[in-house]
This record gives sequence, structure tokens and C-alpha cells, in this order.
Amino acid sequence: MREITYAQAIQEAMSEEMRRDQNIMFMGEDIGVYGGAFGVSRGMFEEFGDKRVRDTPITELAITGCAAGAAMTGLRPIVEIMFSDFMTLAMEQLVNQAAKNRFQFGGQAAVPMVLRTPGGSGTGAAEQHSQSLEAWVCHVPGLKVVIPSTPYDAKGLLKAAIRDNNPVVFIEQKLLYRTKGEVPEPGDDYIIELGKADIKREGSDLTIITYGRMVPRALEVAEAFSQKGTSIEVIDIRTLVPLDTEALISSAKKTGRVLIVHEACQRGGYGGEIAGLIADSEAFFYLDAPIKRLGGLDVPIPYNPNLEAQVVPTVESITKAVNELL
Amino acid sequence: MDKQTILNVHETMLVIRKFEERALNLFETNKLRGSVHLSIGQEAVAATVGAYLRDEDYITSTHRGHGHAIAKGARADRAMAELMGKVTGYCGGRGGSMHIADVDKGNLGANAIVGGGIPHAAGAALSAKMRGTDQVAVTFFGDGASNEGIFHETLNMASIWKLPVIFICENNLYGMTTNVERVTSVKDIAVRGAAYDIPGVVVDGNDVFSVEKAFKKALKRAKAGDGPTLIEAKTYRWKGHWTGDPEMYRSRDEVSSWKEKCPILRLEAHMIENQLLTEEQIRTKHQEIDQLIDEAERFALESPEPDPSTVLDNVFDEGDQ
Repeated sequence: MREITYAQAIQEAMSEEMRRDQNIMFMGEDIGVYGGAFGVSRGMFEEFGDKRVRDTPITELAITGCAAGAAMTGLRPIVEIMFSDFMTLAMEQLVNQAAKNRFQFGGQAAVPMVLRTPGGSGTGAAEQHSQSLEAWVCHVPGLKVVIPSTPYDAKGLLKAAIRDNNPVVFIEQKLLYRTKGEVPEPGDDYIIELGKADIKREGSDLTIITYGRMVPRALEVAEAFSQKGTSIEVIDIRTLVPLDTEALISSAKKTGRVLIVHEACQRGGYGGEIAGLIADSEAFFYLDAPIKRLGGLDVPIPYNPNLEAQVVPTVESITKAVNELL
Repeated sequence: MDKQTILNVHETMLVIRKFEERALNLFETNKLRGSVHLSIGQEAVAATVGAYLRDEDYITSTHRGHGHAIAKGARADRAMAELMGKVTGYCGGRGGSMHIADVDKGNLGANAIVGGGIPHAAGAALSAKMRGTDQVAVTFFGDGASNEGIFHETLNMASIWKLPVIFICENNLYGMTTNVERVTSVKDIAVRGAAYDIPGVVVDGNDVFSVEKAFKKALKRAKAGDGPTLIEAKTYRWKGHWTGDPEMYRSRDEVSSWKEKCPILRLEAHMIENQLLTEEQIRTKHQEIDQLIDEAERFALESPEPDPSTVLDNVFDEGDQ
């Protein structure tokens, strides 16, 4: 199978969907002529024109609100928020409006929109361009939340998100944009259903539950442990909302040891939700050790590269956490 | 305005007035709960605008939105049922007074966040433009919303894209309890249009003909593809910010001076003077609407509560493309 990057996979998903459905449009800051701050949409402006690939003013709140209004009236907008940190500027429209319109209108409207945004640290972009804010949006009923870790998943999940009739927050990982992976040929219209976790590596001694750019790190740790005879299962949840609870509970029952890893600050992070879910389930009776969380430190992301690398889980810190559980 | 439109606008104003008077009465007798914001005194704006919109045109509205909903075609009985949280209400009792939406009639919802509906109208206008229809979108908001960032962001966006959207600021002199002059940099909010190269017009919001003139022009502009208009309708709410407001921030004299400018009495005087209706016919019309509101109240009171087992319905749309 051919290999393409995570960024190309996202672009292909958008382009293929826009060719399929005239009502899909794409808007955001610098996404048209320039092709996006991370180059994700390069070529789309040329193919679809300035109406369907629409450069906007720097106005995250109005972009998001405009998308919600367009979504309720026949379009299926994809919005790019240049950095996930800027979702904070769009929160009113995302949280109070898009997430609730359908419910509060008693089902009279649907809000089929996707808010794509890159999250995560590691680029030296410092405190206001590096956050992982997924827990904020996971907390709001009415929003679906997706964070893919591979090009294959990114393409299949984004297509599903675009076809979904609800607002979907699709958080991309900026450090994964240039990573490559196998993706079927463009004509192969595969979809990955939202709400299905993926076992990225099977194992029997311990489960690492993770998502996004921590997936490759967890896989590296699992590989190293396999050399020493310890079998680690790595589950990529892929969709935070809806969450594939069955997959998580069944893996916890199988291995009896669970480590949850994410880049976002540990306090109030989504790992707490996953830990709680397993503790509340029948899997609790199969556990041989307490459920362990490993999130980012509870500090803003610093600028200095050594400090920056130190505040999120690393291969070393994941290895240490695994050893503590064994 | 032709005779039939005048009669329609008159009737709509009466329905709004009497609907809200009844809502207040029901609130005071504990038959209705929550936060109810009345637009009594402001009816001319909603009723006139509504008269020139088709079902396929869109509106977005505010926490003070009963009038907008009725003017856009909502039935009094289902609106009253929504205020009571009943299953027969427009939103099945999920939204209440501040969230009445009637999507089939183009009402994309009242909104409990100040300024929250403004970008939805721009989005609906963008959608109409992209789909190649001649639909227009109107967003109602108050003087308070004109100090929110979203007002400015949306005006800019609507202007650059020449969207068929009409911004209607109902300046009723108070953002909740604070006089507009104390918190607003300009005397006329309409001048803010100039910052975005959008025509800004001040109208007498208690005079249907003043609203009509500006709105028709805005409509023509929107449909011609020339972009948005900002209309500021100077008006006044007779009641407090909400049904429980002690109104310590304004004088009784101020309220009575505005009551003398009652938009309904003004239109009725015009109708009598121009022999469109006799006093007797106007009285009969009032009785007709009283009856409609009696029926709306009965319908709402007799309607069932939502089934508790349906509480999770519509968090998500279960279908997809």
C-alpha cells in the first residue's frame, strides 16, 4: 500500500468529501491561498475555488458561529481553527450554541459541522500555541471529539466526522503532520466509524490506553518491553466522545493492569474519565494493580526545548510507569 | 404599506402584546416558571419585519424573543406550551422562553447568550448564497449585544462577503438594568455600521412605517447582492428586564412617557384616520386575539409534560449522511 503523511491524509479526506458533496465547504484563517498554517489544505483553493475554500478574517468566534448557522441551513461546513489554543476564542459558539442547538430546539435542527484544529506541544511554540485542551470539549454534551494518531485513521475518521450530523471537534496532532503511514488509494472510500477504539498492538500483561501522538511512544515502549518478555497491549481510543467503553473494559479484564497516557495536563484530563470508567466496571475485579494515569505536568508548555520535552510523557516516563505497575 | 399588510402587522402586534401579557399573568400566578423576558412596547419592529419575510427566510432572535417568533409565524399555543415546558411546545419543553425555535418557519432560535444568534444569521445567509437561493437572514439583537465582540466580528465578515443578512438592533435603552448611554461609546448604534462599510440607519422602532421604510430598503440591498444593512430601531420595553425585575433603575415618568408612544395605539390611530378599520372593528379584533390567547393558554395547560424516559433524546442526531 502507498504511504502518505498524516497531513496529506487529512487533505485527501476533505477533498474527496468535497468532490462527493457540493454542500461541504471549508473555511478558516489562511487555509485558502496559503494552504493552511501547517500546509494541510495545499491545493484545495485551486481545486475548489475561493467560495468553497474560504479564507476568513482572524475571528474564531464568528467563524464558528457562522459555521453553526450554515450547518443548520443546509451546508456541512468544515472549519479550521489554526491552533487548538484558539478554540478558547470560539468557545461561546462551540459550547453554548453548536453543541446545544439540536437539543434545545427539541430536535428541529442538526448541526453537521467539523471543527478541525491542531493540538499538542513539541514545536517550540510555547504556552499559547501548544496546549492539549480536549478535556474541555469532552465535557460538553452534544460534541463529538476525535484525535487520530495515524494517517490511515486520520483519513477514515475525518470522513466519518464530515458525514456525521453533529458538531465534531477533530483535534489533529501537529507533531504527526509529517509522519507517514499506509493509506489505501484515493478511490478506496473507507470510513472509520466514530466510537471505535483500535488495538494498535495486542498484549496480555498490561494495557496502555492512549491517543494522539502518545500512541507511537506507547508502541515504542511496548516493543522494548517485548524484548524483555513483557507483553503490552496498546489501545488507541481514537474517538474520545463517543468512547468505546467495551474495548477498554475488555482489555483491562484481559491484562489486569492499566496505564493511561496522554499529553494533556493530568489534572482534570481525560485519563481521569477513563480510569473512572474502568474502576466503575466489572474490570475492577480483574485488576492486579491500581489503575495508573500518566498525563502532562500541570504547568503551561514552556518555550525552552529541554523544559518543553520534560513536561509531557516521554518514552522514559512511560517506561517507568509501566515498571511501577508490573 | 398596503392595507392588507397593515392589517397583518396590526394583528401580529396584538398577538405579541396579548401573548406576553398573558405570559406575565401566568408567571405571577405560578403557572409558568423560569426566566421570561417581555417585549411589550417593542412589537412594531418584529411585526413589521415579519410581514416582509417569507417562510424560507431566516431569523435569529434573542432572550426577548416571543415577538420575533410570533412575527415569523409561530403559533401562540405551541409557543405558550414551550414557555410551560410542555411536550407540545416548539422545542418539546427543552428550551423554554429563551430558546423558542421554529425551523420550518425559518426561525433559527431565540438565544440566551447576548449576541449569540448574530453569527448564525450570517451563516444562514452564507448558506443561502452558496446554495444560490434568494433567501435572506435577519438577526435581532439588543443595544447590549452591540458591545459584544461577536457583533463586530460578524459585521465585518458579513460585509466582506456581501452576505444577504440584515442586522436589526432593538435599542430599548437598557442592557438589563444599565442605561445604554452609560456603557456605549456612541449615541446611535447605527453609526457602528460605518466601521464595516455597512449602511447604518436609525428608525423610530415604535412606528411601523419607519421600520418598514428602512427594512424594505435593506431587503432590496440584500437581495441585490450588495450586502448587509444595520438598522437601529429606537424603542422601549415597558416591563422590567424579566418578570421578577424590581426596576429600580428607571423612573415611573420615563416608563409612562414611552407608554404614550405605544406602537399599537399609534397604528390604530392611523387605521381609523385612514378608514382602514373602524373603532368597532378594532375592538372586535382585540376580542378575537383575546380568544386566541385563551385557547393558547388552555392548550398549554392541558398539554402533557415530557416523558422522563426521553430526557436524553436529541443530544446527538443519530443519523448521518
